[in-house]
Amino acid sequence: MDPVILDCTQLSTREINAALGGLPDGAAARVMAPWGRHNLAVGLDNRITVRIEGNAGYFIGGLCAGPDVVVDGFVGWSVAENLMRGTVRVRGNASECAGASAHGGTLIVEGDASSRAGISLKGGTVLVAGDVGHMSGFMAQAGILLVGGDAGQALGDSLYETVIYVGGSIASLGSDARVEDLTDDDVLTVKRLADRAGFEHIDPGNVTRVASARELYHFDALAGQRY
Amino acid sequence: MAAAPLPMDARRPSHTFGPQTIAAIQRMAEEGHYEIRGWGAKRVLPTFDDLVFLTASVSRYPLEGYRERCETRTVLGARRASRPLELDIPITIAGMSFGALSAPAKIALGRAATAVGTSTTTGDGGMSEEERAASHLLVYQCLPSRYGFNPADLKRADAIEIVIGQGAKPGGGGMLLGQKVSDRVAAMRTLPAGIDQRSASRHPDWVGPDDLRIKIEELREATGWEKPVYVKLGATRVGNDVKLAVAAGADVVVVDGMQGGTGASQDVFLEHAGIPTLAAVRLAAEALRELGVEDEVQLVVSGGIRTGADVAKALALGATAVSLGVAPLIALGCNGRTWVRDGVAHDATADYRALGTEPGYCHHMHTGRCPVGIATQDRDLEARLDPEAGARRVANYLRSVTMELTTMARACGKSDVHNLEPEDLVALTVEAAAMAQVPLAGTTWIPGRS
Repeated sequence: MDPVILDCTQLSTREINAALGGLPDGAAARVMAPWGRHNLAVGLDNRITVRIEGNAGYFIGGLCAGPDVVVDGFVGWSVAENLMRGTVRVRGNASECAGASAHGGTLIVEGDASSRAGISLKGGTVLVAGDVGHMSGFMAQAGILLVGGDAGQALGDSLYETVIYVGGSIASLGSDARVEDLTDDDVLTVKRLADRAGFEHIDPGNVTRVASARELYHFDALAGQRY
Repeated sequence: MAAAPLPMDARRPSHTFGPQTIAAIQRMAEEGHYEIRGWGAKRVLPTFDDLVFLTASVSRYPLEGYRERCETRTVLGARRASRPLELDIPITIAGMSFGALSAPAKIALGRAATAVGTSTTTGDGGMSEEERAASHLLVYQCLPSRYGFNPADLKRADAIEIVIGQGAKPGGGGMLLGQKVSDRVAAMRTLPAGIDQRSASRHPDWVGPDDLRIKIEELREATGWEKPVYVKLGATRVGNDVKLAVAAGADVVVVDGMQGGTGASQDVFLEHAGIPTLAAVRLAAEALRELGVEDEVQLVVSGGIRTGADVAKALALGATAVSLGVAPLIALGCNGRTWVRDGVAHDATADYRALGTEPGYCHHMHTGRCPVGIATQDRDLEARLDPEAGARRVANYLRSVTMELTTMARACGKSDVHNLEPEDLVALTVEAAAMAQVPLAGTTWIPGRS
């Protein structure tokens, strides 16, 4: 079946999303000339393939539970926010808050991601080939953030149970984040994820594992907790 | 021999360091942390009690109580939503989380709201199946924590409320202490059970009003532009915040004054952050008027609203509806002396005492040891609340408040409660006159205006 063509120069965001939402499972769509359009391919729960051919704006692929979305370009803030299932792949860079609060599914950023990548992560998988900005993994609860390049300051601040792997350098750790020894399981996990994303530059045995020290799990003013 | 009585000036209390302040300082010195508690501000504040109605006389004629119709139907969210909420009364139930509240409490609130034709609201932690089933009209909160936030639930909600802040603790985020983070609550929030859970104070995916506009569009796109989108604000810089929420596309703005309740917060927040509901409602209504959208965007006001008189005053000052939290919990049995099972009343006084309090004073929701089964996740304690009986009590309360509201509206000559207006009110104090911008009783003086 040929992909459905949806042209942003001719259609409103509402018309595009309504058209995408109405496609049967297995269908494919091409969204043309996005020119930074926000909120493309949001709230979809059908198992379709969407290719956005150009740079796009905020919340691309947000609130989705099923489709596979590819963006041939850069994206604005909060790509794949609250993703539940499916994948979102960004061929370029992503702006802030990539994968925010994703409960499931996988976000793959082939370039860099700006600050707060994987913020509030709740079980989703966020894979970034390049660097991530400051406060990435902030208050992340579950799931994995894999960074192929360097991480900015305050990485993993106030982490819960998300695990962060960093291939490059870490500018600094946030509150309650600590570096832990890499286990064999970690190496296997990183290999699986890197293979899946096509990140050949990541050496699974040579990444840094960051996880919660769990010292802020219980409020205790007498324990000298650092905030 | 009995000690001689102290002279009068020997027991002169200090206003600055009164007995409660002394006790608080000594407790902090012993325990090393500040007080965390439930409910809202306990200090004396200007309230709706400081206003009275100028009911009909020679210049206005009243409608007949118990006879002539007084409309209470309320529509929220018609600005951009294709399916606005149609309520039978302008009184809704505010967002309170499953987690802070027990499952029976959430069920009871949902059933009561359904019985009287109004909406109830989820809370931090998401939507439970019981709550959805019990509630005909359910508003789904999108909170900074995004605990349990699920697009499937978003689609089966009747309206969406983006929570920016809460009157009890504007800017403060939230907390659910470990004793209430049961296995079920933890699973809904994707957290380890038993930890002291922090609810974020800012949203993870947007910052500022320009982003909020795009966020609102995202939620609408994900739900086919069907559902009203509310924006809930803790009352601080009300005028600007309301205008920004409207500019961002809100259908409904909810303004929560500092008397608003919470399941747990720092006392310093509860008593020292935000502005009273009385001031907030007037500022919010003024902001809508300045934008020329008072007939397009609805204002919902919350924070310490208890009676039909409070509701009538809020409506007169410009609200379309009100939202109640603590009051329905009290109707449900919060702070009650007894709990009832199989028609037998059981005294809960000893359980209150074990918390260091007694009925009528309990603000210990944060402990998870609610003696009447409302603010707990303990199986034995929550079994003390019968949701069916609780729903009847809350529905009775809401009906009574509605009758008080219509009684006052009829006496003011209004055939629709939404026709109440500031001109129907005067203030008993200079402060209330200034905040509400209505004349001081017995004068034509409105502070700051004349």
